[in-house]
Amino acid sequence: MARLTRERCLLLAGLVLILAYPWGAAAVGQPFLVGLGTRVLIMGLAAASLDLAVGFGGMVSFGHAAFFGIGGYAVGILAFHAHEETAFLGLVPGSNLALVVWPAAVGLAGVAALAIGALSLRTAGVHFIMITLAFAQMLFFLFVSLKVYGGDDGLSFRPRNILPGLDTRDDMSFYYVVAVLLILFLILARRLLDARFGVALRGVRENERRLAALGIRPYGIKLAAFTLSGAVAGLAGALMANQARFVSPELLHWTKSGDLLIMVILGGLGTLYGAVLGAAVLILLETGLAAWTEHWMIVLGPILVALILFARGGLWGVLTGRHRP
Amino acid sequence: MLLAEQILNGAQFGIMLFLLAAGLTLVFGIMGLINLAHGSLYMIGAFTAAWAGNATGSFAAALAIGMVVTAVVGMAIEAAVLRRLYARDHLDQVVATFGLILFFNEAATWLFGRQPLFAAVPPWLAGSVELLPGVPYPAYRLAIIAVGLLVALLLYLLVARTRLGMLIRAGSSDREMVRALGVDIRLIYTVVFGLGALLAGLAGVMAGPVFSVQVGMGEQVLILTFVVIIIGGIGSVRGAFVGALLVGMVDTLTRAFLPGLLKTLMSTSEADAIGGGASSMAVYVLMAAILLWRPRGLFPAHG
Repeated sequence: MARLTRERCLLLAGLVLILAYPWGAAAVGQPFLVGLGTRVLIMGLAAASLDLAVGFGGMVSFGHAAFFGIGGYAVGILAFHAHEETAFLGLVPGSNLALVVWPAAVGLAGVAALAIGALSLRTAGVHFIMITLAFAQMLFFLFVSLKVYGGDDGLSFRPRNILPGLDTRDDMSFYYVVAVLLILFLILARRLLDARFGVALRGVRENERRLAALGIRPYGIKLAAFTLSGAVAGLAGALMANQARFVSPELLHWTKSGDLLIMVILGGLGTLYGAVLGAAVLILLETGLAAWTEHWMIVLGPILVALILFARGGLWGVLTGRHRP
Repeated sequence: MLLAEQILNGAQFGIMLFLLAAGLTLVFGIMGLINLAHGSLYMIGAFTAAWAGNATGSFAAALAIGMVVTAVVGMAIEAAVLRRLYARDHLDQVVATFGLILFFNEAATWLFGRQPLFAAVPPWLAGSVELLPGVPYPAYRLAIIAVGLLVALLLYLLVARTRLGMLIRAGSSDREMVRALGVDIRLIYTVVFGLGALLAGLAGVMAGPVFSVQVGMGEQVLILTFVVIIIGGIGSVRGAFVGALLVGMVDTLTRAFLPGLLKTLMSTSEADAIGGGASSMAVYVLMAAILLWRPRGLFPAHG
């Protein structure tokens, strides 16, 4: 039997909390809390995917909202064409089937991440931060200029994507769909990070030259991790589009990339689960403070500053008693 | 004629970006600090100057108050927060200064409201000057260009010719050695940060009458400022100057002429939409292209 470490206890508690949460929300008679929980899990998925690139690969992407937005727009645009009974670019018919739309969202975000990563990984450090931002801004303005799909105002659509045997219109069912996808991703990512690939990835982060001397090409490893990270962010974007039944260029805005980075760092860089915790803390802080005062950002700003100054290693590091190496 | 006017507009916008980029490049290139709140300093300069200008009716008072308040706020956040972040990861700096942005934006909303403030052009700069026969150009915008060029010259002299400049340059390559020589490097950093804030404030004061003074104005220009620094090469004041002019020109000229060019190919509304999007993208395409060609920017400062 596995040893009961502090981290394992926390993970178990987190799992129970995620699975029991909607019942608790229903029990206190606040059904909107289910939607809030769904948003936390979706942003947690996006933040955890970003942590793969930033925390484990050392690739600080300041443009991850691009992949999130591409996933979202894949859902929105396909729903738009399904409703209008027209075809995207006159070629691809619209669809409302999750099993068609979600893989498409993941694939498109993955291809975009492959292309952007392939170009951006020629640079490093601060330049990498800025070039990923540049590509995300290009896509942001592209969607702003697409008047057919609402431009600035965004695009709303009626039904959520259909899953066989499940009613995704029911908020509780949709919550569990998201929860299962998040948990599956965390399990797969953990296994991948413990496997040869993950070891090589961390090796690249620590010392590229030494790894190259061992015969492992850093570029390929980093690009693979970046692509995977972008693809999963695309899945999160597709889920968010479904949750809100609305997409807008806001999904790709640079402040969204900033939010994702904050979640990752708040939770603890390179801890994977910490990103989900960071997403939960940030969204709950925002929602809680916004309910309390209109000027909630005047409080949130200093809280973030204080957390960075004093909770080094992130909240997951504080909880598990482990600090950033 | 329209082209000449737009080239001047591009130069004026570029000069404005240079004032911001110069401060940011001092802080970023020399202290290694990514300060996302630099745009907030620009906003503080614009707001305090617009407020002071409306209260006193004097542009000189607006200019003085805007610059002094911005420099003081800049040095205060350096001493209270940023000083603790020099040795940290860039990521921690990004998040902490993002927190500062939230704070300053909300504080500005609270103090001044959500409506844009009006900032007046000083009466003695209100007219226009005929540069070429038949090309009148607003005197205020010409003044911005002149001030920017003057600041560029002074900054060059400061960094390259004075003792403070020498210490700044030395501190960027070896902080500990400069400290060991008996120099109060902490104080120098605070002063340099204050100088950067002052320049951001100056840009904000001058931008007031041209752009609208409102919450969020800092972030729009901040991203462009980072683009400038990256294109020019981090830590290089000369690079910031060239990068700023390049970005100012590309942004202004594509905005002015791209929709018109597209109209020869497609319908008016489509051309406006696509032209608008493409011209917003232009500077990012420029940055990506330059980084792919020269991964460290046009004038990398170290090696």
